[in-house]
Amino acid sequence: MSKWKKHSILALTITLALAVWTFGPGPAEAVKRGGILKFVVGSKIPSYDGHRETTFGVIHPIRPLYSILIRINPDNPQSPTDFVCDVCAGSVPKATDGGKTYTFKIRNDIWFHNGAKLTSADVKATFDKIIFPPKGIPSARKAFFTSVASISAPDKSTVVFKLKYASGAFIPALANPFNWIYSKADLDKHGFRWHQKNINGSGAFRFVQHKPGAFVEGKRYEKYHLKGKPYLDGYRAISAPKMSIRLQAIRGGRAFIEFRGFPPKARDDLKKALGNKLTVQESDWNCNLLFTPNNKRAPFDNPDVRRALTLAVDRWGGSKYLSRIAIVRGVGGMVFPKHPLAATKAELQKIAGYWPDLKKSRAEAKRLLKKAGVDMNKTYIFSNRGVDQPYRVVGTWLIDQWRSVGFKFKQEVKPSPAFYASLRKKHDWDVSMDFNCQSVINPLADVSKFLSDDISGNQYGQYQNRKLDKWFDQMNRASDPAEQRKFMRMYEKEALDTSAHQFITLWWFKINPHRSFVKGWKIAPSHYLNQSLDQIWLDQ
Amino acid sequence: MYKYIIKRMLLMIPTLIGAAVIVFFLLRAIPGDVCVLKMAGTGMYADPEAIAICQKELGLDKPLIMAADSQFVDFVWGFITFDLGESMWTGRSISEEIGLRFELSLQVAIMATVIGVIIAIPLGTISAIKQDTWIDYIVRTFSIAGIAMPSFWLGIIIILGLLIITNSITGEPWMPPIEYTPLWVDPWANLSQLIWPTVATGYRYSAVTTRMTRSVLLEVLREDYVRTARAKGLLEKLIINRHALKNSLLPVTTVIGLEFAFLMGGLVVTEQVFNLNGLGKLLVESVLATDYTMTQSLVMLVATVFILTNFFIDILYAWLDPRIRYS
Repeated sequence: MSKWKKHSILALTITLALAVWTFGPGPAEAVKRGGILKFVVGSKIPSYDGHRETTFGVIHPIRPLYSILIRINPDNPQSPTDFVCDVCAGSVPKATDGGKTYTFKIRNDIWFHNGAKLTSADVKATFDKIIFPPKGIPSARKAFFTSVASISAPDKSTVVFKLKYASGAFIPALANPFNWIYSKADLDKHGFRWHQKNINGSGAFRFVQHKPGAFVEGKRYEKYHLKGKPYLDGYRAISAPKMSIRLQAIRGGRAFIEFRGFPPKARDDLKKALGNKLTVQESDWNCNLLFTPNNKRAPFDNPDVRRALTLAVDRWGGSKYLSRIAIVRGVGGMVFPKHPLAATKAELQKIAGYWPDLKKSRAEAKRLLKKAGVDMNKTYIFSNRGVDQPYRVVGTWLIDQWRSVGFKFKQEVKPSPAFYASLRKKHDWDVSMDFNCQSVINPLADVSKFLSDDISGNQYGQYQNRKLDKWFDQMNRASDPAEQRKFMRMYEKEALDTSAHQFITLWWFKINPHRSFVKGWKIAPSHYLNQSLDQIWLDQ
Repeated sequence: MYKYIIKRMLLMIPTLIGAAVIVFFLLRAIPGDVCVLKMAGTGMYADPEAIAICQKELGLDKPLIMAADSQFVDFVWGFITFDLGESMWTGRSISEEIGLRFELSLQVAIMATVIGVIIAIPLGTISAIKQDTWIDYIVRTFSIAGIAMPSFWLGIIIILGLLIITNSITGEPWMPPIEYTPLWVDPWANLSQLIWPTVATGYRYSAVTTRMTRSVLLEVLREDYVRTARAKGLLEKLIINRHALKNSLLPVTTVIGLEFAFLMGGLVVTEQVFNLNGLGKLLVESVLATDYTMTQSLVMLVATVFILTNFFIDILYAWLDPRIRYS
């Protein structure tokens, strides 16, 4: 080897070493223990019973007090398919018996906060309450488990779920953050309503107090089963219904984080005020805004007219501009855009309303409206919810989009109770804003909103389409992902395009600015997820 | 006097019944359902069976009137027996929910009243005495600004001002606490939270009272007995304090009383701006949640406070001015 070559190699080695030293990953940040995490919550607590409630107002303050069977991976919450055990031992089991049996081994080192040991009997009792509730006991997520035939606990550390058919929706449904494990003894002794007003969990934190309308306080549970966690001494979930207060609370140091999300303008204002004292995490959000035509009301009982409505909407442009002022961004079909079952961009662009050529799309809309003989001098009613973000912003944008094809709409903005009365019962609108917001990304269950209204619990377009019902059922029974995907495309095309029943506008975009000393929390694609707080620590 | 008091007390009963009937039917006339809002309001799948169970639990499936177990009979009976029931949203006892917030609202009302009165009476008096001088103009500008400026807006300005000023001085923005600490637990924490909303509402309060004090005092100062006092050669100080101010305080007392009653449940926006867990915030939340039982109870509470305040003002009037009780 020549001298020149030797020197060159030496120089290269030194350069590489320096580069690695300078830019390479440093030693992992040492976790600091202690401190009280203060966060603000914008919604009220209806009751403490996660099995009957659906609001994040329960999840944020109460979820840290409970464990669940399996959960999304807190270190990889962006993945829609990465689940890990919480109460179960090892990793999430694979199905046996042709996908119809799931056997979970339960950890034997978990104690409820009252000192009782958690066993498989508690897990069984919990899921019995959720899936097969006694008459008169509400269960908000019972419908997610229609595939479950039975649950058994053959011994203290084993729980077996038997399904009627193999279902890809089962594991995500199990990981739902509301499926809190209750003690069987509590259920037996106090009944099925006891948890509405009482708390006895096995989560990372113990319940200390709740001052209604003010705060919930939790403190570290020393016997928490994930050793070494939680890092915090406790937390305080402060109730703050007004967004401006939540924002200023972070700015003024009264709270360190808010887990639901802020609009872009709020993020920019906070960043400007706090600089590097603020960290911003952003993510696609498993919520979308829909606009639903009244399928029973002329002229929207005509699929051509409904199709014209979606063809007029410029989703690709809207994504670009609306995302600057509202909490929306993603262009997608029925399925959360990052999920393997979601339509690719090429597939999406074949659906009405997603065509890449906007001129062509709007020309087609005009042609359809002319063909249907729609009275273009009439002003139609668009019902919207009186919430600024993102409803009113997107609603105003939609009206402008429809105007571009000559369709005139008047926006009727109503407070939430009146909006829901109108949406669900009165049907006194031509087109209504609607939304679909879920926790764990579970497309096979989430798209049930598009089923016929005598099957779906939350389809307000008032239509019945048995093709959709059949394909939904076949999709849920298909064990092969490729087959699921095929049915999903047929289902999506039928609902959004061919029969044009109701439409997605844009998917939400989650923005979580927080104080930079809050570490360990990773944003998930839902404000319901990753809220056990056991991995959070304060770098103070 | 006793006859007068009893007569006034008896008049309170039909007023309260009227308020109860109006609030009951008005609430039900507004579209919305607390169960639907709870279960479907989040955009998640709403189980129709769960909604039906919730409605049954809350008695929303019962007839509105014309039955022994109707919603109206339940409400009236509960009110008569002082059993306010449970909140439809939280399932907690309404008395407990109101009790938690009453202390804070009462403290804000008292503090705002004190601030309002301390500012208003001297300013109104000076303004009347120095009518059409530069002092009068300043006071009038100050009071008109107080009336024109909504307290919640002033509250927002106060919070933003504090954030900006403290950031420029200390490098770390500071805002008032957003959690309530009772006065007897930590007076400093309590005052550092409540002084700001109190100033914001107290200013508006003082503006109204200043205007009232000024105009009534100006009227009294033109009365014959004041002229007589001056003709007798009494000192101006004595005329103002002993003769004019005392007599002019009658209508001012009414305003002070009504404003105090208003503060007990009417600080709906200011409480939201400062995140005060008071009765006003609770009222807004319960209306937005279609929580009938809570809204009814709060409206009845505020109505009762108003009626009682008026009752005491009437008694005070009658005591101060015998012509009223004999008329």
